[in-house]
Amino acid sequence: MSYRLLSVDKEGLATSPGLKERNYLGLSDCSSVDSSTLPNAVPDSDKKSSLNFKATELRLGLPDSQSPQRETDFGLLSPRTPDEKLLFPLLPCKDHASGNKRGYLAKSGSNNAPAAKAQVVGWPPIRSYRKNTMASSTSKNTNEVDGKPGLGALFVKVSMDGAPYLRKVDLRTYTCYQHLSSALEKMFSCFTLGQCGLHGAHGRERMSEVKLKDLLHGSEFVLTYEDKDGDWMLVGDVPWEIFTETCRKLKIMKGSDSIGLAPSAVEKSKYKD
Amino acid sequence: MDLRLPSKVLEHILSFVDSNEDRNSVSLVCKSWFETERRTRKRVFVRNCYAVTPEAVARRFPETRSLTLKGKPHFADYNLVPDGWGGYAWPWIEAMAAKCPSLDELRLKRMVVTDECLEKIAASFKDFKVLVLTSCEGFSTDGLAAIAVACSNLRELELRECIVEDLGGDWLSYFPETLTSLVSLDFSCLDSEVKLSDLERLVSRSPNLKSLKLNRAVSLDALGSLLRLAPQLVELGTGSFSDKLDQEAVSKLSQAFSEMKELKSLSGLWDVLPEYIPLLYSVCPGLTSLNLSYATVQMPDLVELLTRCSNLQKLWVMDLIEDKGLEVVASSCKELRELRVFPSGAEGLNDTNVAMTEQGLVSVSEGCPNLESVLYFCVQFTNAAMVTIARNRPNLTCFRLCVMEPFSPDHKTQQPLDEGFKAIVERCKDLQRLSVSGLLTNKAFEYIGTHGKKLRMLSIAFAGDSDLMLHHLLSGCESLNKLEIRDCPFGDTALLENAAKLETMRSLWMSSCCVSFGACKLLSQKMPKLNVEVIDEHPLETRPDSSPVERIYIYRTLAGPRLDMPEFVWTTQKNPEIGVSHLAIK
Repeated sequence: MSYRLLSVDKEGLATSPGLKERNYLGLSDCSSVDSSTLPNAVPDSDKKSSLNFKATELRLGLPDSQSPQRETDFGLLSPRTPDEKLLFPLLPCKDHASGNKRGYLAKSGSNNAPAAKAQVVGWPPIRSYRKNTMASSTSKNTNEVDGKPGLGALFVKVSMDGAPYLRKVDLRTYTCYQHLSSALEKMFSCFTLGQCGLHGAHGRERMSEVKLKDLLHGSEFVLTYEDKDGDWMLVGDVPWEIFTETCRKLKIMKGSDSIGLAPSAVEKSKYKD
Repeated sequence: MDLRLPSKVLEHILSFVDSNEDRNSVSLVCKSWFETERRTRKRVFVRNCYAVTPEAVARRFPETRSLTLKGKPHFADYNLVPDGWGGYAWPWIEAMAAKCPSLDELRLKRMVVTDECLEKIAASFKDFKVLVLTSCEGFSTDGLAAIAVACSNLRELELRECIVEDLGGDWLSYFPETLTSLVSLDFSCLDSEVKLSDLERLVSRSPNLKSLKLNRAVSLDALGSLLRLAPQLVELGTGSFSDKLDQEAVSKLSQAFSEMKELKSLSGLWDVLPEYIPLLYSVCPGLTSLNLSYATVQMPDLVELLTRCSNLQKLWVMDLIEDKGLEVVASSCKELRELRVFPSGAEGLNDTNVAMTEQGLVSVSEGCPNLESVLYFCVQFTNAAMVTIARNRPNLTCFRLCVMEPFSPDHKTQQPLDEGFKAIVERCKDLQRLSVSGLLTNKAFEYIGTHGKKLRMLSIAFAGDSDLMLHHLLSGCESLNKLEIRDCPFGDTALLENAAKLETMRSLWMSSCCVSFGACKLLSQKMPKLNVEVIDEHPLETRPDSSPVERIYIYRTLAGPRLDMPEFVWTTQKNPEIGVSHLAIK
C-alpha cells in the first residue's frame, strides 16, 4: 500500500531514492531525495545529476547539530564510544553540516547547561517520579522528617581484589561493623576461599564465622575504606556513625597490601575529632 | 412495514456489549443503531485528549458513567515535552459537567489537573465514585480535600506517581465520618505526613477497603495498627520500612501480616531494612504482584523473599537482584508474567558494576513459561541472549530493553544488536510493544518492518544510519499505532513518503531527529486530518525550510488544531505567517 504524500510517476517510484541506502555522510547522494519531496522543476530523469542546494539543505547534520545544548552530548558519547565514531559516521558528520545552519543554531539560545559531564535529557528513560524518589534516597543529607532521623539510603561501592565486578551496599541498612562484614562476606563468599564450598545452611553459618575473622582480622583479606578526604583506611577504627558519614568506598584488600595502612589510619584518627 | 428492531429491544441487546470496539462497529450499522448505541454507552476511552473535542464526546455519549483520558505523549515521562505543552483536564471536566451528569468515574493519565478541576468534579457530579490520576500534575493537596469533603460515596481515590503540590497532610482529615464506601486509596506519591488517627478512623469505617497504598511518611509502627484494622486488604503499599522497632512492635507487625489472608499485591517497601524482610514471609505465598523497585535490599535478602513467592505473576525490582537473584526467580516464580528490572544507580550510566547482565533475563525466559512482558534496564546485552530469549518465549507481547549506554554493541562480539532484535520480532508473533536500544543499523529496522506485524507501539532512541529505517517501519508495521523516536537520523523523505500512514496511527513523536521545518509545513498542509505540532523553543519565523526542528508531534484528530497551544508549539494554522505560500503545491 502506497502511503506516499506526493505524486511521483511510476518510473520515479520504481527507482525512488527513498528506498536506497544512504551513507549519512554522503550528502552528494541525496540529490534524488529532493525530487520526490519538493515539487520543483527538476525532471525525474535528471535525479542523479541534480545536485541542487535544496537537496543538501534537506540532508541535515546530526541530531546533535540541531541545537547548542546537544553539543554537550558529545561529551557523553564520543569519549565512551570511539570505535562507533569510525564505524558509524554519525558523530563526525557534524563537520559536514552546512555552516549556515550551524551558525544560526549556535547563535540562538546559547543558555543551555554546559555540563562538564554531559547528561542526555531523558536518558536513560526513567520516570522523573522514580528519579526523584531514588535521588532523595541516595542523597547524603539527612532528611529530617518531623524529627525522625534521615531515611535515605547511603550507597557505597565495594570492590574486592580479584573479583570481576563491584557491588554496592547501602550503609544505612547496617547497624554495626559486625553486621556490615557478615553481609559483605555473604556477598563476596563466592570469590573467597572457594574450597570451603557450601555445606548447607548450618555449615555455611559456621563457615561464615570463620571467614569473618579471616576477612577482618586475619590472614586472607582486609576490609578498607576510602574516606571523604580520599585516604584509604582500615575499617573498624572509628565509631560506626562516623564511619557511615565519612565512608565513600569500600575495598576488600589482600592482607599483604594493607600493611601500610594501619599506621596512617591511626595517625588520621588522631587528627579527627 | 417497519423492519427496524424496536429501540428498547436493541438497548437491551446492547447492554450485553461491553467492548467499545464492538460498540464502535454497532454504531456504524445505521443511524438508529448509532443513536441507540451512543445513548447507552457507559464507558468512554479517549486515548488522545486532542483527537476529539470534549463537547463532541459529551454530546455524543450523554449517559456515560466513566471517562478515561490520556494527555501528553509518552516521552513526557522522560522530560522530553516542555512544561506547558498542554493536556489540560479542565475543558473535559467542564464539558462533562454540563452534559453528562451521570459521570462517576474519571481516569486521567499524563494530564494537567488543577485544584479548580478537582473542585469542579466535587461540585458537579453528585454520585462521584472513582478518581484515578496517573502521572498527572498541577494540583495541590487542597484539591484533594475538596474531593474528600464532597464526594460522599467515594470508592476509589488513587494518585499514581503524580506531582502534587504538597501543602500538608490535612486533606485526609476532610473525609467525613459518614464516608464508609471507600474501596481503594492510594496516596503513595505525597510527601507530607497525614494524621494517623484520622487514617485509622477512615480505615476502620471502610469495611470494603481492598487497596491501601500509603506514602513514605507513614511509619512502620503505624503500618502495624493499620493492618490490624484492615486485614482484608488485597493490595497493600507500605510506607517507609526502615524505622527501628523494638522486639514487641516487630512481633506485633509480624502477627498483623500473618492475619492478611487476602493479600495479593505488595508495594512501597521504601528503604526496607534486611532484618525486616522476614516479616513479609507469611504473605509471600499468596502474592501475585510484588513491587520491590524502591526497596534498596541486596540480592541475598531478595532471594530469601522471592523463593517464597511461588504464585507471583508480576515482579518489579531493581538491578540489585543481580543475575543470581533472577535465577532464583526463574526457579521459584513459575507463574511469572511480567518482569521489570530498574536501574539502581543514581546516574544510571555510571554504575556498570552491579552483577546483573543479560544472563539474568535469559534465566527468567527459560524458567518462566508464562512470561509475556519484559522491561529490562541493563548495562550491556548480546545478540545470543536475545536469540535465546526469543526461542524460549515466543509468547512475549511486550519487550522493552534498555541498554543504558547509547550505541552499545553486543559486548561479546562487538556487533550491532540487529540480529538479536530480529530474533525477537521473528519469533514473538504476538509482540505488541517493543523498545529497542544499543547499537542498531538499518537491518534491525528492516527486520522489524518485515516481521513486526502485530506491533502497536515502538520506541527508538539513538539508533540508525539513515532515513531508510523509518521507511521500513512506516511501510512494514501494519498495526503500528504509536511510534516514538529520539536522537535518530530520520528525516523528511520517509516521513513524507509515508504520510498517509500517519492517519492510521494514533501518534508519532520525533525529537532530536532530522526533520526539516519545510517538511513539517508540507505535511501539515497536505494532511488536514493530522495535527502537526512543531515543538521548538527557538523562534521559527526566520528559519529556512531546511533547518531541523527540535521535536515534532503528529497525531490524527477530528478536532482540528487545538486552541490551547503555548508559544513554543507551532502549527501552520496557529502561525499562518510561517505558511507554505512560497512552495508550489500540486
